[in-house]
Amino acid sequence: MTAPLAPTEAPSRVEELQARIRGMQATRLDSKAVPTHPAFEQVLPGGSLREGTVVSVEGSTTLLMALLAGPSASGRWVAVAGMPEFGVEAASRFGIDLERLALVPDPGRQWLTVVAALADVIPVVAVRPVGRVSSAEASRLTARLRQRGTVLLVAGEWPGSDASLGVETSEWHGLELGHGHLSDRDVVVSAGGRGEFGRRGRSRLQLPGHSLEFRVAADAAVPQGASAPLNEPVRLDEYVRRAV
Amino acid sequence: MAVDPVHVDPTRTIVLWCPDWPVFAACRESGLDPATPVALTEGGQIFACSAAARRDGVVRRLRLREAQYRSPGLALLDYDASLDMRVFEPVVRRVEETVPGVQLIRPGTLAMRARGPARYYGGEDAAARALLDTVAALDVVGARVGVADGPFAAEQAARAAGGGGAAGGSPVGIVAPGASAAFIAPLPVGLVVDARIGTLLNRLGVRTLGEFAALPEADVRRRFGAAGAFAHDRAAGREQARVLARTPPPEFEVAQEFEPPLDRIDQLAFAFRVQASEFIERMRAKRLVCTGIRVEIDDEAGGHSSRSWLHPRWFTPADVVDRVRWQLQGAGTADSALTSPIVRLRVVPERIDSTGNHEEGLWGGGPDERVHHGLTRVQSMLGHDAVVTAAIGGGRMLADRQVLVPWGDRAPERVGEGAPWPGSLPVLAPASVFRERLPIGLLDAGGAVVTIDARGAISAKPERFALAGAAAAPVRAWAGPWPVVERWWDAEHARRVHRFQIVDDDGCAWLLVRDDEGWWAEARYD
Repeated sequence: MTAPLAPTEAPSRVEELQARIRGMQATRLDSKAVPTHPAFEQVLPGGSLREGTVVSVEGSTTLLMALLAGPSASGRWVAVAGMPEFGVEAASRFGIDLERLALVPDPGRQWLTVVAALADVIPVVAVRPVGRVSSAEASRLTARLRQRGTVLLVAGEWPGSDASLGVETSEWHGLELGHGHLSDRDVVVSAGGRGEFGRRGRSRLQLPGHSLEFRVAADAAVPQGASAPLNEPVRLDEYVRRAV
Repeated sequence: MAVDPVHVDPTRTIVLWCPDWPVFAACRESGLDPATPVALTEGGQIFACSAAARRDGVVRRLRLREAQYRSPGLALLDYDASLDMRVFEPVVRRVEETVPGVQLIRPGTLAMRARGPARYYGGEDAAARALLDTVAALDVVGARVGVADGPFAAEQAARAAGGGGAAGGSPVGIVAPGASAAFIAPLPVGLVVDARIGTLLNRLGVRTLGEFAALPEADVRRRFGAAGAFAHDRAAGREQARVLARTPPPEFEVAQEFEPPLDRIDQLAFAFRVQASEFIERMRAKRLVCTGIRVEIDDEAGGHSSRSWLHPRWFTPADVVDRVRWQLQGAGTADSALTSPIVRLRVVPERIDSTGNHEEGLWGGGPDERVHHGLTRVQSMLGHDAVVTAAIGGGRMLADRQVLVPWGDRAPERVGEGAPWPGSLPVLAPASVFRERLPIGLLDAGGAVVTIDARGAISAKPERFALAGAAAAPVRAWAGPWPVVERWWDAEHARRVHRFQIVDDDGCAWLLVRDDEGWWAEARYD
């Protein structure tokens, strides 16, 4: 016979149990985990990337590389489409194996077809969409992803993405006024999603750390009180598109 | 000379020699005139040169600078050994039609036994003339023929023969049977031995083949071993080597002429489909697969395009058609018209392998095979260059350091990858490297553009940073200038830029470059 819960404990306990139920009631039976960099254990609501899901990653190529690094290190192929400025050297230093990296820098108007073709054979595909995607096209592709068990990382918005990650604030260290050089940075990553990915959360990561590794920042506690970020999440892509 | 053609010595040999073949082949490929000064280079030295260049004093193993000094109008081309062979192959085939049993000594030099041709043409001289007529029909100029006992002596006879025509002398040199030893006796000893033994023999006072041949055979064998004994036999005209006729390789190449010429890529690709599948099928019948092809295209205006294509696995007929299409496409799209209609298309296998090395596993290939199919599909949608794999190369600028190789092509030889490259960036690499640098403004407190003087000092501290078309925002942190000075000795390719790292007001870091034209963003740490 269990003792009745103290009333103050109840809400958090309920939330915890609900989270467990959500975790056990996966919407699909085959939703297997894809090896992900350990730094994302706290960030991604499910603890890791899941096969057949779409994760939108906004505002940071490094964050995207960090997500690609885990699957690549475990021997999977990864592909990057529509990102001509994807820094190969950084990717290699962050742990993406260039031997198993395919790039399609300019898929042009056919990008959706290209992504579908890549998703057939490559387990993790990153893409920057050109223009908006209609939800019908998106759901067609999602069905294909589920069938193949491919993870799609979208550098931008995606209708009905399973999770979305974004960089809220970014703080570089090592560079001062007139001396030093960039060495590491702390970012606050916001994560949100639906279904099994649960509710919104924010965490502080080092992207990258001193020796180019990704890890959870030492003072991982995010000031939850200051819920509104200082600036709106930066849409750097928009900047660049305007400038070019 | 009246030689009883039936009782000819079996070692009697005819050698056909085309002087300066590498130069001739390179000129034919590049459209230069071999009568002008032309030289081929290999490793910074002259490898071969045309007769005109030789008259100016250019010799083999000369340094490039010296060669250009001696012959200012010298045209330099890179030496390509495979080109030599490729251009010589039609000559060999044509000669084989005239005289069977041909041995290829090296590109430009052929040997064959004298007995058959001499009997058929009624004498060695007549056979030699027939041979010269054959190659002359292929526009090979200045060929010479030598006839002697053994391939070595025959080659020397060919080299000793006159150039014919204006140079005077007969292009056929015939050494009577049994006279070969006397013929080669005055030639330098270096012709039969390598440089090391040659130097030694010279020091010993043995300078000609005759003097070398006069040494006792047993002593030569004891002192110089088997190689020395072999050279001694050659020098004495006792060469045992017979002509070993080659077996003509099976013919796999396919060519198609288009009459009337076709000017649309899709038409052409469709028309070539049958040929392509026949091309692959013929190889499959011999249990061979092709992993590299060369596509040659001639258009109506006289243009010629030739390109090699590799395949990470092996070519299927559809792959061959794809390569033809890509080569025609260049920058255009599949349904675009060509600049000039195509009259002739030729596909030559360059790399052939046994099917045994390419068997599929019992349960199909591994995952990489599926990846290959997928990427090839994307390539056939977007073009050969659209799918790339990446490698890290050497260099100081970020764009130099990324080497992008189309899927299926071999990665180019990487230069200086592990070299230190002083002046390159510290270990943290930017995540976004712009293909085309973005114009930006870096302003000081007063709103003036920050400049850098010749000594590398900045005019004022950078305070504000603006992307083109955006409002200026404060700079949170900055460092620089870090000069990058490259190839200052070469006015055309010299590069002198200054780099900055800054962090903008949003907390995003940029790598900026200042050159003569202004400020640019080279990359972004995002």
